[in-house]
Amino acid sequence: MLLDYRDWNIIEAIQKGLPLVTKPYAFIGAQIGLSESEVISRIEQLQKANIIKRFGIVVRHRQLGYRSNGMVVWDIPDDQVTEIGKKIKNFEFVTLCYRRPRKLPDWRYNLFCMIHGQDRENVKEKVALIIEQCRFQHLHYEILFSRRCFKQCGAMYIQRNMVALDAVNG
Amino acid sequence: MDKLDRQIINRLQSGFPICERPFKMVATWLNITEQTLLQRLEKLLEEGILSRFAPLYHAEKLGGGLTLAALAVPEHDFERVTNIVNSFPEIAHNYAREHDLNMWFVIATEKPERINEIIKEIEKQTALTVYNMPKQTEYYIGLYFEV
Repeated sequence: MLLDYRDWNIIEAIQKGLPLVTKPYAFIGAQIGLSESEVISRIEQLQKANIIKRFGIVVRHRQLGYRSNGMVVWDIPDDQVTEIGKKIKNFEFVTLCYRRPRKLPDWRYNLFCMIHGQDRENVKEKVALIIEQCRFQHLHYEILFSRRCFKQCGAMYIQRNMVALDAVNG
Repeated sequence: MDKLDRQIINRLQSGFPICERPFKMVATWLNITEQTLLQRLEKLLEEGILSRFAPLYHAEKLGGGLTLAALAVPEHDFERVTNIVNSFPEIAHNYAREHDLNMWFVIATEKPERINEIIKEIEKQTALTVYNMPKQTEYYIGLYFEV
């Protein structure tokens, strides 16, 4: 899908958040000189093309009691990554699941997932549940807990071609 | 937060309708009025429980570059390295984590080729090796938090 300047205007207009008014798409349209129906159909197209991956509220997970986040990294034989990645993503508490390159010899892990919990113990319990249910006892893994977040946690911005990211997107 | 707040949060994390009166539609699902829903959302935003109503974009499809990178930073040098890394506006977020690789950050750029320039620049300024781990396959991105 090729984006034109009107798509970019929409992307910029909604990146800070949809206005809390009864007709938000008409409101946005009025700001950028588009009709309500054009805003709606363009957002639908952006979603269909998977340029907008998800549209909804963004929560501050810490405020909701999810105080600990663990990046769980697994060393998985290359020919099994897809199969195992698909198993891991099915756990409802897994928020992200990506394959990434190993950096041998220093870094052996090739599957990354993010798990949030009330505290570290809770994250560990969730990892243990994955291992038990999927019989992953033979797989080597580590949990990297976050200590501090230095920058722009949850903040995101878009310029032309700039990317909006979520706080836990890694 | 009461039960209704929780229902709103759980319901709206999984998606938001694209139609003329989206809040009215969501309100119907929750069996409340549109006005109540808007008031609740305003309150949740004010209290900082919600950060905003927004889409999550597919970086690469917007023509940008995106990667996750890590550094092994000596403890005594942490502040200096943090300042160098965070000085680039393309660093979207940066976490300290407990591991030999103890600093993890996301680089998001307008043009894909800029990723390598930033990595080289960080290596030059910090005298450390940047481990660059762009995603190869995405199995899932959910970001759903049940409350």
